[in-house]
Amino acid sequence: MIESIGNNQSQLNDKGQLKHFLTTEDLPASLLIEILDTANSFLDMSSQQVKKVPLLRGKTIVNLFFEPSTRTSSTFELAAKRLSADVLNLNISSSSTSKGESLKDTLMTLEAMHADMFVVRHPDSGAAHFIANQVTPRIAVINAGDGRHAHPTQAMLDMLTIKRCKGSFQGLVVAIVGDILHSRVARSQIHALRTLGVAEIRVIAPKTLLPKDIEMMGVKVFTNFEQGIKDCDVVGMLRLQKERMNSALLPSESEFYNHYGLSSAKLALAKPDAIVMHPGPINRGVEIESAVADGPQSTILQQVTNGIAVRMAVMSMAITGQLNACDPRI
Amino acid sequence: MIKITNGRVIDPAAEIDTITDLYINNGKITAIGEAPSGVAVTEVIDASNQVVCPGFIDLSVHLREPGFTHKATIASETNAAASAGITTLVCQPTTKPVIDSTAVAELIQDRAQATAKARVLPIGALTMGLEGKQLSPMAALTKSGCIAFSNARATIANSQALLRCLEYANTHDLLVIFNPQDNSLVANGVMHEGSTASHMGLVGIPESAETIEVARCLILIEQSGVRAHFGQLSCQRSISLITQARNSGLQVTADVAVHHLFFTDENAKGFNSMFHLQPPLRSQLDRAGLLNAMVTDGIQAICSDHQPHEEAAKHAPFAATDAGISGLETLLPLGLQLVDRGLISLPQLIEKLTYSPAKILNIAEGTLAIGSRADIAIFDPQATWMVDKDSLLSAGKNSIFLGSELKGKVTHTLLAGEIVYRSQI
Repeated sequence: MIESIGNNQSQLNDKGQLKHFLTTEDLPASLLIEILDTANSFLDMSSQQVKKVPLLRGKTIVNLFFEPSTRTSSTFELAAKRLSADVLNLNISSSSTSKGESLKDTLMTLEAMHADMFVVRHPDSGAAHFIANQVTPRIAVINAGDGRHAHPTQAMLDMLTIKRCKGSFQGLVVAIVGDILHSRVARSQIHALRTLGVAEIRVIAPKTLLPKDIEMMGVKVFTNFEQGIKDCDVVGMLRLQKERMNSALLPSESEFYNHYGLSSAKLALAKPDAIVMHPGPINRGVEIESAVADGPQSTILQQVTNGIAVRMAVMSMAITGQLNACDPRI
Repeated sequence: MIKITNGRVIDPAAEIDTITDLYINNGKITAIGEAPSGVAVTEVIDASNQVVCPGFIDLSVHLREPGFTHKATIASETNAAASAGITTLVCQPTTKPVIDSTAVAELIQDRAQATAKARVLPIGALTMGLEGKQLSPMAALTKSGCIAFSNARATIANSQALLRCLEYANTHDLLVIFNPQDNSLVANGVMHEGSTASHMGLVGIPESAETIEVARCLILIEQSGVRAHFGQLSCQRSISLITQARNSGLQVTADVAVHHLFFTDENAKGFNSMFHLQPPLRSQLDRAGLLNAMVTDGIQAICSDHQPHEEAAKHAPFAATDAGISGLETLLPLGLQLVDRGLISLPQLIEKLTYSPAKILNIAEGTLAIGSRADIAIFDPQATWMVDKDSLLSAGKNSIFLGSELKGKVTHTLLAGEIVYRSQI
């Protein structure tokens, strides 16, 4: 049938191993669990005196950031260094590469330096897929955030945080709160949570910050925070970009905080042992009250530590997956 | 005299569908069936197992000349059109400069005449520079060959300005073509707003971006009394609105780009930039609605909405790519798919590619009637061919079908009695 023409980018090699990490969508639960288990083992190691392992010695990893980022790029850098890889950080303003051919030229230039992996952040949804399609086989591509589409390592570090706090995903009720519309983190979390089998995923936001037909992703939609947070095990807050205030999406920061900010009083409606996550950097008093961000239920700093371990895990797995790929085609 | 022998001659305008011979002399069709006496046959085209029909009339082609010759030229695209059986193509005003002066309108037709592969009928810009403010010199442009007027997708936001345009067009009894789109609702959207866009994190274009503009235009068409046509609709609800208006007596017609009858927003999963289109591919419901309207004659014509691009324009992350596909050469094969699936008959398909668009434009082409100009397509509906960068003659290789095999191949195209295309096989 003509209608079936499309383009299915696979992030797995023919043995079912990860060779790119572009999205948490459509990955089998076993693979997500493998990422979490591998990350767990690195986590144990990072508390030891010698934090380095020689897994990626001799490999060159290029951090290719077309969008400003400090925390994600530095945790990727640290993760690569703990795996003994050589790291090159490139921050490229996307205005200079707004047209595709120059993005392609950038990639070809870097390939000529014999890079083994690109860690990519880009403001356009699908950029990581595009790059994975472009690069020579045997170069792994890790998505460090593409537009509103996906931020799979952030989602997996959140999964690791949930796993370590809650022990298992069975029966959990998870709420994701805030700017769902613009959030690649929310989308990647939803895919991962579904695959890992939580009981319920809720999204809580005003209608202006909800993507159309988001229910189709298997979530329950709440526009009322108090109802949505009730009896939750996990509350995942999202960052609200200040520039959203300048459009017709929201009236003001204070109105947003009053209705969708996480205060101690609202958190009390969740289960007593509920955890509070946030991908950072946090806007105190906009999406979260300081007392909550710094409180006992907050996992914000644990998430950072877990992030390094998760990034070490997917980097080492993708390099292995590339080596084992029989079919060099993507 | 040319004799086209033994073909299945289909001319919906004259309700002919029979295996017979066709005779052409001095650029005109001189006889069907019996040979006219007194003229010697100089060339015989054997059309056994093939269909002989009027040359196709494509209601929407974005020619890239002048202004975008890095994408395509009039020579390259009329050549591609000839190979696809298209003898008349209607050129959108989206050149650079836009078609708002007689100089540009004449330049385009001169270039087309020089290549002598297909006839090009330019659509004049409704407003100067497509800016929606100052009326274009429509009467003069008509004298220079413009067949209709449109502001393309540069919607005229000011309703008073739009009404004035329509009233002025009506003064001269000119046809206005609408590509309805409210650009404040399109904003920076790149695909249909729905669960697929939400899923992919791409900015959506709501259905209302089209339907609001259809509704506004219908009201102003009624108020001004202008002759009007809606081009390349994407939403089922647009068809409902137009059908409703037609039922209450408004004379409006509509066409659809053929790929909208096959694909939906879901095809963009995987970020394949070939599916980045304007208007966007919409939902399954919309596709079903368009198909239904095509069968029930709510949509009168099918076009290619051909938009050739250079390779780099499609070589970027989805939202950063240019919208549109190269469609001239896949127009007939896709139409034949509709026939193969039993949705419409072969004569009905040919009507939507010939006689119907001719009626919309109010031109004499689109028929094989004796004495009419011999614009003829001959095709083998069963022959298959591989779509690839070599087989496509258009400079735009941005086809959804690269690497696919399609059925239906034009073997000969005649323009005013001259053979302008003859297939190699």
